[in-house]
Amino acid sequence: MTAQESAVLGRTVATEQRLSPRPRRGRFGFGRWLLPFYSLLALVFLLIPIVYTIVFSFNNAVKTNISWRGFTFNNWLNVCDEAGVCAAFGNSILIGVVATVVATVLGTMIAIALARYRFRFRAATNLLIFLPMATPEVVLGAGLAAQFLTAGVAKGIGTVIVAHTMFCLSFVVVTVKARVAGLDPALEEAGRDLYGSPAQVFLRVTFPLLLPGILAAALLSFSLSFDDFIITYFNSGAIQTFPTYIYTAATRGIPPQANVIASAVFLLAIIIVVSTQIAGETRRRRLARASVES
Amino acid sequence: MAITAFTGSATVQEAVPRKRSWVALVLLLPGLLYLVLFFLVPLVSLAITSLEVPSATTFGQYDAAFNWQTYGVVVSQYGTQILRSFLYALLATVFALLFSYPLAYFIGVKARRWPILQGLMIVLVIAPFFISFLLRTLAWKAILSDDGVVVGALKALSLMGPQGHFTGTPVAVVFGLTYNFIPFMCLPLYTTLERLDVRYLEASTDLYAGPFHTFRTVTIPLSLPGIVSGTLLTFIPAAGDYVNASSEFLGGTSSTMIGNVIQSNFLVQLNYPAAAALSIILMAIILVIVSVYVKRSGTDDLL
Repeated sequence: MTAQESAVLGRTVATEQRLSPRPRRGRFGFGRWLLPFYSLLALVFLLIPIVYTIVFSFNNAVKTNISWRGFTFNNWLNVCDEAGVCAAFGNSILIGVVATVVATVLGTMIAIALARYRFRFRAATNLLIFLPMATPEVVLGAGLAAQFLTAGVAKGIGTVIVAHTMFCLSFVVVTVKARVAGLDPALEEAGRDLYGSPAQVFLRVTFPLLLPGILAAALLSFSLSFDDFIITYFNSGAIQTFPTYIYTAATRGIPPQANVIASAVFLLAIIIVVSTQIAGETRRRRLARASVES
Repeated sequence: MAITAFTGSATVQEAVPRKRSWVALVLLLPGLLYLVLFFLVPLVSLAITSLEVPSATTFGQYDAAFNWQTYGVVVSQYGTQILRSFLYALLATVFALLFSYPLAYFIGVKARRWPILQGLMIVLVIAPFFISFLLRTLAWKAILSDDGVVVGALKALSLMGPQGHFTGTPVAVVFGLTYNFIPFMCLPLYTTLERLDVRYLEASTDLYAGPFHTFRTVTIPLSLPGIVSGTLLTFIPAAGDYVNASSEFLGGTSSTMIGNVIQSNFLVQLNYPAAAALSIILMAIILVIVSVYVKRSGTDDLL
């Protein structure tokens, strides 16, 4: 080895040594402690107003439900004592169910057509479905209200249902389309090979496979409809939904019964979501075990 | 469940199918007709309403006309509120992104080893969807009120003057907007980060890139679809929102947004042309911003 060679080698060795400690996270590094800690705090922050709402549903409120006056179950036991809360809640449920059913049916049909068929004006169709999601609610609400005004239609529960179906429709299309696109066409082919008529193939193969997506879309529609305030307020006229009730009550103080209804809906929704997740997880595990055994 | 709806449009690469059939028409027609009747026609009737003039005889009645001046009048009268809405929406979007990204990264990437934890955390992120957002905003109003815990503590620490307010200020409105739209930001971020291939990050580390460099040149570009749909899902509704800014909630007279102006013109003053003109302006500005933004960020398949 010449002196020159060893010098070159020495230099390369030296450079490698200088570089070799690769960037590695330390014991108290960002990823190890700071990020989990931050995530925990962030989730707590997100939950603060929810916990507040639930806690104040147990408040022994006299006139306003702002300061804490002691624990009671009375609000939960006598929800409908407060005039208007239950009626508004009933309206919300009715509107939510009808709008969800109509939007889910129409939206699923569009989603299947978009994922399965070739047709002209495809780009225009996609745009027409995307635009309502990109339009601020206040514009959707004012637009429909202006139309009802011009057409001389009286505002009421019907106009609210029409409005809710409209904005839920796009969300249904997007949700179900993802499911149709992920569907294996071979399954339907197998159905046809076994002499299934188109109707049979759809009812016995396609529809059951799409069902989880359709149900998810329906749940999403319902929760969008149930919580919508802005569009509803423009088109509701004299009738009240749960959100418009809260808005009008906000000036004089929200009764604790409103907290009760919101908390009950919240707990029910969480139970549904968590149990579907657990069911999905156990099913995945069972399938995994079955495929290992076979 | 809700996750697919918010990100489906951004992530599903569409392969145009081959089949042509009259069935497609039957499937499409009812839904599209519905959207035309109750989405497109209302936009047209907004445009027509914005050009109307007040009737000479009765208050709250308007006659068909071609009165362009309404647009000039509302812009000069409510220019501040229009600019303010977009400023607040921009601030809320930036804050929501800064807040959500680390959280979504933790849930989507770090928590992969524990699927149960991951599932639980995502349920907690979407939990605010299940409780009325008006009540959540009112809860913040009570928590942050002048005699509440937070303001009291800030005053005791002299971080806030004795006469200081939080509710009713622009800060409170931006805070409320940020809070209310965090789930909309977090979900799309989570769905893209959840599919992030960590081998890219390892490769970057193997090539001697520091954590910051890896984040900037690998993680961010790979999660761009999530960032784009999250920012859109926050910015658009935030610009048109009027609940947070209304004085019964977190706003005050100095924080009125365009949504409040549209609402009061339409439902209180019965000045339909002004409300319609403002709606058209809001819609037009948003469409311009969205199309420029989507083009610039290179995620055209969103549309």
